[in-house]
Amino acid sequence: MANDKAIDVRDLVVGFGPRTVLDRVTFDVRRGEVFGFVGGSGSGKSVLLRTIIGLVPRRSGSIEVLGTRLDTANAEERRGIERRWGVLFQQGALFSSLTVLQNVQFPMVEYLDLPQRLMDEMAAAKLDMVGLRRADHDKMPSELSGGMTKRVALARALALDPELVFLDEPTSGLDPIAAGDFDALIKTLQETLGLTVFMITHDLESLHTICDRVGALADGRVVATGSIESMLACEHPWVRSYFQGRRATAVNERFANIEP
Amino acid sequence: MGSAPSLVAHPGTAGIELSAAGSWTVDHARSLDGIILDMMRTTPADVPVTINMRSIAALDTYGAWLVERFIRARESGSGSTRLDGLPERYRALYEEISTTERDAPQPAKHRPSILRSIAWLGQAAAGFGRDLVDFANMLGAIVVSLARVVANPRSFRITPTMHHLDRVGWQAVPIMLLITFLIGCIIAQQGFFHFRKFGADAYVVDMVGILVVREIGVLIIAIMMAGRSGSAYTAELGSMKMREEIDALRTMGRDPVDVLILPRIIALVIALPILTFLGSMAALYGGGLVAWAYGGMSPAIYIERLREAVSLTHFEVGMIKAPFMALVIGVVACAQGLAVQGSAESLGRETTASVVKSIFLVIVLDGLFAVFFASVDM
Repeated sequence: MANDKAIDVRDLVVGFGPRTVLDRVTFDVRRGEVFGFVGGSGSGKSVLLRTIIGLVPRRSGSIEVLGTRLDTANAEERRGIERRWGVLFQQGALFSSLTVLQNVQFPMVEYLDLPQRLMDEMAAAKLDMVGLRRADHDKMPSELSGGMTKRVALARALALDPELVFLDEPTSGLDPIAAGDFDALIKTLQETLGLTVFMITHDLESLHTICDRVGALADGRVVATGSIESMLACEHPWVRSYFQGRRATAVNERFANIEP
Repeated sequence: MGSAPSLVAHPGTAGIELSAAGSWTVDHARSLDGIILDMMRTTPADVPVTINMRSIAALDTYGAWLVERFIRARESGSGSTRLDGLPERYRALYEEISTTERDAPQPAKHRPSILRSIAWLGQAAAGFGRDLVDFANMLGAIVVSLARVVANPRSFRITPTMHHLDRVGWQAVPIMLLITFLIGCIIAQQGFFHFRKFGADAYVVDMVGILVVREIGVLIIAIMMAGRSGSAYTAELGSMKMREEIDALRTMGRDPVDVLILPRIIALVIALPILTFLGSMAALYGGGLVAWAYGGMSPAIYIERLREAVSLTHFEVGMIKAPFMALVIGVVACAQGLAVQGSAESLGRETTASVVKSIFLVIVLDGLFAVFFASVDM
């Protein structure tokens, strides 16, 4: 493969009015890895995600996704890239007027020219893969629980077999069991489908169990990137308080006992 | 994109060997679908088949599913089906797909159209009944809330009421004046144009005066209010319902009717008569201008004729109707707002229903008032 980086962000600056949210952010995500991004509430993680996928304009810097410079790409090239990624929004962002099955079929209808039978089968298969029962396929999004909404949103993000998926706090609002299941699901799908996963999370368990590398955002900059072990050893005050705080220590200890 | 996929059959002594090649991916899903359907048709069910996947260039869930669909379709026949040489890197993916549920998705059932229209008729009738109950419920809740305010005047929410009065009353003045002014102009122009033929010019003023003060003024304003403010009420309450704001209010021990609905309805009931008065004046003014410019009637004569034609009774008839129309618009708008369910579509549907129903009820109410005033000689 010519380029082993799925996402390559250089000196990205994003701001609203007089406020600079992201100040020269630089990091990259390698193909096939699960990259977790942490940062305090309001630190600009979601803004970073939304800038990469093109919902928020940048002030300067470059964004390269799957080998294409998105900031200079024309509409045609952009569509080509958008077709190769999937996005899971924090609240699911399911289309409320479509059923679960139609939500998953939506990208197929828009991008592919497939017989209805195959789309039905594929949407059902995707929903099966994320663990949604057949009885729930014809429900409306307003009838789903939080965990089911996230599963359906993941199935929709995976509808076109993307190479890259963006997950915005996939386990927030789920109970620990459901969050653990969801982590396992992401890991399984990542392994079987060879996905690259970029996820924003607050969930220390997710960082420990499924992330290959972690990046930390503080004061509008990426202050550390590396494996979870290197994060634990990091000297930056915010990273220290995040990974060495009272809540974090309990999780760290548990994982220290499991891992030899 | 990768190379185009193919599946070639090689008949042999031990059965048929199908050798797959190319990219079995989403980009080629359409042609793959055709290939698999052809193969399902042409391969005899009683002959053993081996699918050789050794030389495929790529496989994703679409390709894996189509292979799996072929294998599942052959399960009913006597010939065995074997998958051979699947590259190691795709094994987990294929496992995942092959363990999905077996029963095919059920296509939606279509009932005969006659049954559907009967069902629709029944649902519409039941819906109409539910609407009446909702309307009565909302009216009752408002009366109870009003009674609470009368018993304890300090509990009245004066600030939100003023806020809504500003929005539905004050801010609506320019558009209401413009529209009623134009309506007044048009009525007068039409009157002169047609009455002139039989020399009844003088009676145009009677027509404009009575029509505007008694009927048109209040009707136009009420219909505009239903479109402008009723729809806003429904959309506001509906999105509050969607985001659980109304539930939050309830759990804090506050009745949404007291907090959200009563101030809105009182604002509407105050604003609509005021706007009706202003609108009627604007329409009379417009009629006067046309009488002067088009009908050649001097303003002094117009005012004099108006004074003779329009009695206080006509004015009262128009003004008495205004608060009742405001109440109907407000009750319908709030009831529809609380009927919003989770989806964006439902918000749009209820907002449309709110405007349509309130305009309909305003006109029905106007008819009932006409009967009432006729019977009391007003």
